[in-house]
Amino acid sequence: MTAENGIRSLVARRAAGEISAAEIAAHYLERIERHDGDLNTLISVCAERARAQAEAVDAGTAADGPLAGLPLIHKDIFCTEGVKTSCGSRMLDNFIAPYDATAVARLAAAGAVTLGKANMDEFAMGSSNETSYYGPVRNPWNRDYVPGGSSGGSAAAVAAGLAPAATGTDTGGSIRQPAALCGVTGIKPTYGRVSRYGMIAFASSLDQGGCFARSAEDCAHVLGAMAGFDARDSTCVERDVPDYAAALDGNIRGLRIGLPKQYFADGLEAGSRAAIDKAIAELEGLGAEPVEIELPHTDLAVSTYYVIAPAEASSNLARYDGVRYGHRCADPVDLDDLYSRSRAEGFGREVQRRIMVGAYVLSAGYYDAYYVKAQQTRRLIADDFTRAFADVDLIAGPVTQAPAFRLGEKLDDPVSMYLNDVYTLPASLAGLPGMSVPAGFVEGLPVGLQLLAPWFEEGRLLNAAHAFQQATDWHTRRPPGYESQETP
Amino acid sequence: MSLTDDQVRNVARLARLGLDDARIAEHAGELSNIIDVFESLAQVDTDGVEPMAHPLDLTARLRPDEAVPVTTRDAFQAIAPAVADGVYLVPKVIE
Amino acid sequence: MNWEAVIGLEVHIQLATQSKIFSTAPTAYGAAPNAQASAVDIALPGVLPVINAGVIRMATRFGLAIDATIAPRSVFARKHYFYPDLPKGYQISQYELPIVAGGHLDITVAGRDKRVGITRAHLEEDAGKSLHEAYERETGIDLNRAGTPLVECVSEPDMTSAAEAAAYARKLHSLVTYLGICDGNMAEGSFRIDANVSVRPAGSVEFGTRTETKNVNSFRFLEKAIDFEIERQIDVLESGGTVVQETRLYDPEADETRSMRSKEEAHDYRYFPDPDLLPVAIDADFIEAERADLPELPDAKRARFVADYGLGDDDAAALTQSRVLADYFEATVAAAGGDAASQGKPAANWIMGDLSGALNREGRGVDASPVSPSQLGGLIARVADGTISGKIGKEVFEALFAGEGESADAIIEARGLRQITDTGAIEGYVDQVIADNPDQVQQYLDGKTKIVGYLVGQVMKASQGKANPKDVNRMLVAKLDAL
Repeated sequence: MTAENGIRSLVARRAAGEISAAEIAAHYLERIERHDGDLNTLISVCAERARAQAEAVDAGTAADGPLAGLPLIHKDIFCTEGVKTSCGSRMLDNFIAPYDATAVARLAAAGAVTLGKANMDEFAMGSSNETSYYGPVRNPWNRDYVPGGSSGGSAAAVAAGLAPAATGTDTGGSIRQPAALCGVTGIKPTYGRVSRYGMIAFASSLDQGGCFARSAEDCAHVLGAMAGFDARDSTCVERDVPDYAAALDGNIRGLRIGLPKQYFADGLEAGSRAAIDKAIAELEGLGAEPVEIELPHTDLAVSTYYVIAPAEASSNLARYDGVRYGHRCADPVDLDDLYSRSRAEGFGREVQRRIMVGAYVLSAGYYDAYYVKAQQTRRLIADDFTRAFADVDLIAGPVTQAPAFRLGEKLDDPVSMYLNDVYTLPASLAGLPGMSVPAGFVEGLPVGLQLLAPWFEEGRLLNAAHAFQQATDWHTRRPPGYESQETP
Repeated sequence: MSLTDDQVRNVARLARLGLDDARIAEHAGELSNIIDVFESLAQVDTDGVEPMAHPLDLTARLRPDEAVPVTTRDAFQAIAPAVADGVYLVPKVIE
Repeated sequence: MNWEAVIGLEVHIQLATQSKIFSTAPTAYGAAPNAQASAVDIALPGVLPVINAGVIRMATRFGLAIDATIAPRSVFARKHYFYPDLPKGYQISQYELPIVAGGHLDITVAGRDKRVGITRAHLEEDAGKSLHEAYERETGIDLNRAGTPLVECVSEPDMTSAAEAAAYARKLHSLVTYLGICDGNMAEGSFRIDANVSVRPAGSVEFGTRTETKNVNSFRFLEKAIDFEIERQIDVLESGGTVVQETRLYDPEADETRSMRSKEEAHDYRYFPDPDLLPVAIDADFIEAERADLPELPDAKRARFVADYGLGDDDAAALTQSRVLADYFEATVAAAGGDAASQGKPAANWIMGDLSGALNREGRGVDASPVSPSQLGGLIARVADGTISGKIGKEVFEALFAGEGESADAIIEARGLRQITDTGAIEGYVDQVIADNPDQVQQYLDGKTKIVGYLVGQVMKASQGKANPKDVNRMLVAKLDAL
């Protein structure tokens, strides 16, 4: 993508009076109207709210921030005051959030306009967006295929040009994996960089908000507005946010890029491998220096993650009891009935499965063998990265073992679905920032290049991705049928 | 490792998920497969490895003890399934 | 068989912070239902806890006051169970790494000193309230109390009688109110006691099966509940039964404990460190600053009262049981003027005699006393300097208590209660009484010298109490002996 149709240009054109925020919003609302019936990327469209916000920007009564007039889609995991915030679940189908998540409030303060709320795997539990109560999202590149998950609605919406950018969350790969499968750019910052306040919790020690856009540069603009200290999140870090966009110079000469041997082993599909190898050669051509590295505990990531994340989830989801908000079963006869039936009806199968796994690994007699053990192996995995980053500036590899799979293909085999997350889980467990950058296609389906940086080095990450995108055009490719009038 | 239906029933009870026998049996199979994946952890030597609870090795930032009045009760209760006179209602709890 | 009771107490101490432990909602008691329940307190999706610095400070001060170790690193954990007044489905508490560990309290029972160990004290959030009576077919949930900070202080099973347990509980109550970390209001639930009681054959080293008696809301009930429970358990064992490990509730009206649940579900709380909260670090500088800032604690104050005011140990102990009372005492002595060592005893007598009697009658605490320390001190000064007699003093006190005068001096003046110091006037009354009571005078002369008390009384009556009884006595005896 060229800078002329990126976020900076759009905001600048509006500021210069070439186009109004209302016109921009109308353009995207029209695209949503036209395309979302096929794709199911949105749970809620906030047309009136978006028009009102855009008009306020035009009238000068709204915040005149760095994103003034930029339309966005929020993953339906972020609480938005006055708007249904379902988290993809029947449990919260009737939940109108009474407050704004910090990330939502920050983006609004920067002048962004909310177009709608994106479909997602239920409570962010899934890698295919098939666990949503609102039905699966379809991949714009081929609607028989999954968009990835859990932020599949956000990724697919950006891929189809229904919004210039969208927010997402990443717990074990939920930004990077759908970004890869939908051919868009996605960034998951360092754990603690974006406030989790108002972001409905799945696994508290892993969840991290981030965003999707067409390019690294666009991601830099959105992340810059989203990130930053928030006193309401004890795990949010008090640390200045650099001006990511201003720091993009596209120069990666001399950057040492680690290639983990374990990420290129058996299981990586051949076409994807070829695309990743080519992308790395491209980075080398730009002056970077690839170095083979070891992340020896990579194979423990799946077990470690699928103990820790469900354990935290089983606890985080205990609040959904039909008492104060959310789904309540009809005519409960007693308290047990209220709980057991509301929760059995309100939660879908994958969520129930993870709640069960989580309750099991925390229960008496199993806590040490599973939970404590997984916390220890988590440290081994994180220590792998600490050692690796002593020697390299970035790590590169595949995001997934293969491009998108068909809808329904893995739905009945949770273990195979879990094993698919092997390349994204380690960085999540370590809390590292990571990106997926479009890097080619296999049989018409996108392949993503994963880039990982040391803690709080989002700037380095974005700059490497930016350099790559200055030299390649993968990120400018559009799914057939969604190209026309893509930008206003 | 294979979980019995009774073990699964106990877990469902802990989690307050009302599942019928057919679903319990399904979960027993699925959970057993998932737990099998975890068995790889048991093989790892973690002697002396400090459990990692958070990705960042930080300590708590404390909030000053200042009260802020709550003005949101009605807004919060507007989305509640059952309220009366400002309290949330649940089926009678017999002590 | 001889039985021995083993008692340990778990006390929930509500901390007197402005805001809740993990939210900014106020902690004030008595608001309209749910009017003090914030987004965090009702556990809306997406909300997160942030630790209140005041809570950490108060817990640190408590730990220092019981001579415990303050953990340099303590961790909050989630304790899971479902109940409608627990909005998150878990309580944030401390489990493996509590903030305070290994302290003690010293108590005295029947003249015997004893040290009671304190295993640990951890921080946790309170639950809301379930209102079972207000609705016919439903239970109402009020979450105002949800998130109120508590210290749960767990003693060692070091106590062997209800009296020891009550002494320990009183001492703990006194300590936390001295520290200003708890308002001590037991009726409002600010200080809640659970008693773990078991019995075993005297001399045995193994523990018997214990029961936990919950939420005893006065020291008197605590003693009664424990006495009942000890007797009940002995009865069970002596009749060949076994004690069931269970939770029991004390019913003050029936004066008995009752099993709370017939079939108690085995709990599996699934504790794990709360991933929303980072470990609390407390460094040595903070601890030393808090230590330096601690107020004088009851034991030190008691020793000082004995040394400085010439009080007996029992008086000193009674006066220092509450900080309000001790402060009242010291202010009274100061207002009385003169020498602290000589005014201490009369001040103690007034406070523990007439004042506490009058307050008890009206069901008031010393903090709500209608007689201020300066008023009482003024009264004591007038008795000491002989302006009025002790007997008139009581009249003046009643007037002060009833609000019938600004000060002892004003009442003495307005009512003409000043003691007669004019010996001529007293002599007149004495002569008159000797003349009017020939029979009693004869008895005196016959050796029944005790009758002089009657005659003194007559003189006092004649003087309307204003004569100094000592002077009267001296003068009467002199005149009678001269007959």
